[in-house]
Amino acid sequence: MRVTSKPVSMMTTACLLAFLLWVSAAQAGAAGGSAAVGLMLADVSAANTFNLNLRKPKNPNAPPWEDGIHDTTNEATFKLQPPLEAYEGLPRTSFGNHVDWVKALDQGLIKPRWDRLDSNEEPFVMDLDIVRPVKASVPDVVFPHRQHTEWLFCSNCHPAIFIPQKGANQINMSAILLGQKCGVCHGKVAFPIETKTCKKCHSKPKPADWEPPLSEATLKNPWK
Amino acid sequence: MVLKIERRVAWKSLLLGVLLAVGLSGMSQPVKAEYGDVVINNFSDAAGMRPAVFPHWFHRIRFRCKVCHADLGFKFKAGGNRITMAKIIDGKYCGACHNGEVAWSVENCAMCHSGIPGTPTHFHGSTLQRLVAPAYKPLPAKKTTDNKK
Repeated sequence: MRVTSKPVSMMTTACLLAFLLWVSAAQAGAAGGSAAVGLMLADVSAANTFNLNLRKPKNPNAPPWEDGIHDTTNEATFKLQPPLEAYEGLPRTSFGNHVDWVKALDQGLIKPRWDRLDSNEEPFVMDLDIVRPVKASVPDVVFPHRQHTEWLFCSNCHPAIFIPQKGANQINMSAILLGQKCGVCHGKVAFPIETKTCKKCHSKPKPADWEPPLSEATLKNPWK
Repeated sequence: MVLKIERRVAWKSLLLGVLLAVGLSGMSQPVKAEYGDVVINNFSDAAGMRPAVFPHWFHRIRFRCKVCHADLGFKFKAGGNRITMAKIIDGKYCGACHNGEVAWSVENCAMCHSGIPGTPTHFHGSTLQRLVAPAYKPLPAKKTTDNKK
């Protein structure tokens, strides 16, 4: 009896200790940010945490005083509006701010000004879809000017980011992920680049008879 | 013999507990600020102020991107505008609205300067920050030159 009871009690103590440490660490984290916690695994970027692709934020749209970047020793932090309060009634998504901003604007649920002072000024909207064929098997890209010109002015993108000429812009996902071309906004403020959002751009299915082109290494394979 | 096994089990359970604690404390840390929140700390820390936090979500409910990024000349780059309080009180950048007329005025220092001290300039939750380590790059002292060959 004594032989089994001791490890068990030891186990409970250890678990209790673990829980206490965890609670204290969480509190310290809430109070002073990540720098104040001594018992952290490491102060590494998200790229080096375990299984980052499956990790889901437990509390999206946290109020400023719980979001980890606002200083909780600052009284004004508690005066800031919590996002969820502002997002009430807006269409939700499962990425980014968890709000479908384009839909919210289209439905008139938000009325952001086009002019700094004049709330009646209307945007200069251009309804023109640009189709960009994609070499790979993913659907072709349709770029809708309409949604973009609802928010932005021509000069925001042209000609610095995109040359307004057919075939003049080389775009690839690596560049976008590194913050160039579409990635100047997408992946930072406009909807993020995740598996869930691929089809927002890659939205035009390939023709029914489309076959992926064979790679040159396959065509010239000497061991065929 | 019995004592040996017991001790080993005890140590194992203790080790397990400690590992659990370390793991959980690591897990409880993720920053969950809003997508598009920008921390701007070009000069704040050096001036003894908390870094400024700019919430895109709050502003886009009220203004379209065009107002700041076309009319007011904000570049599409976190920390890329080198905003100073001198510029703001001259009515540039944030000061175009934060003047007591369109939005609250600059004497509400801590409303913007609300970030955790020492946080580097970065775009919270950006794809780049999620995928590439190290996550943060300080603002270059001078204009960067391309070393591409």
